[in-house]
Amino acid sequence: MPKAKVSTKILLQKTPTGIEGFDEITFGGLPKGRPTLIVGNAGCGKTLFGMEFLARGAMQFNEPGVMMSFEETAEELTKNFSSLGFNVNDLIARKKLHIEFVAVEPSEMEETGAYDLEGLFVRIDYALKSIKAKRVVLDTIAALFSGLTDETIIRAELRRLFKWLKSRGVTVIITGEKGIATLTRHGLEEYVADCVILLEHTIVERSATRRLRVVKYRGSSHGTDEYPFLIQETGISVLPITSLNLEHTVSKERISTGIERLDSMLDGKGFYRGSSILVSGPSGAGKTTVAAHFALAACKRNERVLFFAFEESGNQIARNMLSVGMKLEPFIKAGMLKVHAARQTAYGLEMHLATMHKLINEFKPKIIVVDPMSNMMTSGTVPEVKSMLVRLIDFIKVSQITAMFTDVGTFQSGETTGVGVSSLMDTWILLKSLETYGERNRGIYVLKARGMNHSSQIREFVITSKGIILIDAYSGADGVLAGTARVAQEALDKASKILRNQETARKHRESKRKKLSFEAEFALLKSKYENEEDELNRAILQETVGEDALLHERYKIAGLRSSDLIITAEHKGKRKHGR
Amino acid sequence: MGAKKTKEKPPISRKAKSPKKTAKWQLHLFVAGMSPRSQDAIANIHKLCEKHLIGRYKLEVIDIHQHPLSASVNQILAVPTLIKKLPPPLRKFVGDMSKTEKILAGLDLRMEERND
Repeated sequence: MPKAKVSTKILLQKTPTGIEGFDEITFGGLPKGRPTLIVGNAGCGKTLFGMEFLARGAMQFNEPGVMMSFEETAEELTKNFSSLGFNVNDLIARKKLHIEFVAVEPSEMEETGAYDLEGLFVRIDYALKSIKAKRVVLDTIAALFSGLTDETIIRAELRRLFKWLKSRGVTVIITGEKGIATLTRHGLEEYVADCVILLEHTIVERSATRRLRVVKYRGSSHGTDEYPFLIQETGISVLPITSLNLEHTVSKERISTGIERLDSMLDGKGFYRGSSILVSGPSGAGKTTVAAHFALAACKRNERVLFFAFEESGNQIARNMLSVGMKLEPFIKAGMLKVHAARQTAYGLEMHLATMHKLINEFKPKIIVVDPMSNMMTSGTVPEVKSMLVRLIDFIKVSQITAMFTDVGTFQSGETTGVGVSSLMDTWILLKSLETYGERNRGIYVLKARGMNHSSQIREFVITSKGIILIDAYSGADGVLAGTARVAQEALDKASKILRNQETARKHRESKRKKLSFEAEFALLKSKYENEEDELNRAILQETVGEDALLHERYKIAGLRSSDLIITAEHKGKRKHGR
Repeated sequence: MGAKKTKEKPPISRKAKSPKKTAKWQLHLFVAGMSPRSQDAIANIHKLCEKHLIGRYKLEVIDIHQHPLSASVNQILAVPTLIKKLPPPLRKFVGDMSKTEKILAGLDLRMEERND
């Protein structure tokens, strides 16, 4: 953008229109000091474009403007345009805007010879001077052709008029009805060669879409696409409202998903703030419940949440979520949670986008939920919806809003979104219905999560009266076991565990018993040994006593035989013992 | 309202015949400067009035270059423009007033009313 500005500045000065989005696609606005032709069918917003150009010029750029209206009177214009929130009377009073009604009534006009349009010149000149105008809108000068019959004069005068306006250095908008063979019905493009903008109001599949295209812009680059635009309460806004660049700041802050174990699947911390999250799954998978968890968690953190509900009303969501233990009602009442419910078919795609933009700008939420995104499909063709979502996602990313989109995926390939916006999403949580053994259970897994080490496991989750609870799913050769199959597997596991426990206990007991029996044996042996030891000691004692007694006997006998021998023997014996 | 304004300060009240009674035909001729075409128109209409409406008309000639606001007030687009203020209905004639028959028809001047 800045680059483009610099280069075009040298080539061509531009007058910003102030119209939302328009200055972006033309890289600065309309060619300054030159006429621009706005072409379109009746009711496509030509007059409004002109009026907004003037009003915004006066309010935002301090460039007063003159409206030369050939079709509507000043009162009508004022009334119509005031309903769009512009204080036209105030602008007129402050000499920022001048509306001049130029009546071209063929019935009142009789042509009696040669004439010129000096009257118009004088009036424009007077109006320009009276408020020092820098901008002029001629809406629509083609009316001259219906009021006056001499086309040669009109064409000559128009040529003179535009030359004259160019010399005055005012930026001019001329509006013109779209022609069949030519761009405009009266060939106004002949006189205005610098910039031509085409407005269209087409009906596709019964829904109306306004489009704007820069057909031609001499000396400047411009967006060449057909841009959808809207006429809303605040005037025209051309989309894209934000330019598609990937330069938004990113946050490292993490926010909870509102489901404890889902947080732990996402690196233990939850989503990144400002990221966009896609929750996809078939109908009945629990997408809205996941979204409600997320919203509720945000409300509890004191963050504003804007919930776009395209299937249910706010009350219905609140009631349904109450049944799974989420009290949204108090937050809705407190103004923390705003539910905007609308049928997708209620109005066109652009209007939806604009409404969302407007609500986001007004409510300034931290979190938005779009439930479901896939319903947008009904209000436009695929590329349209995609481009709208790109713009929406871009817008909310720039605004640092965390957004959760739910999507009913076409589940054949499993990993595609209906609108094909998955590449725009930072985190993608897939809800899966697991059909096994004649029942349907819910599985959840994180398909992608940019910038985090997320879990790759499929978990089963159940929606209880306390909300979503994640359960470890059994992953086996046959896939994920869920529901009763899981319960059965759990029971099987439990039984085998009991068996194992019993076995262990038995072994414990056996070892204890063995120990006891060893101990008993040991005690027996010990007592046996003690017995034997006793025996042996007694024997030893007996033997010693016996020997002594024998010796004693011998001495006794010897003593009996001779008494003197006794003394010596005794003496001898004593000596012998002493040794 | 515009007529009043121009009446209060008549710019170039050339050859405007003041009526004896109230003039039945009140005509305003708007021109842009004294271009040949303006002069033609003034001469033509003057001739016409003198011929057909003598004594019964009031003609004012207004130069929109000098009175630009009057151009806006009277919804002047092309010049010269002749406006028949009275008698009603209001009618406009653009051009150099060379097509006398057309003007006479537009002025609601019946044959018997003509001065000729």
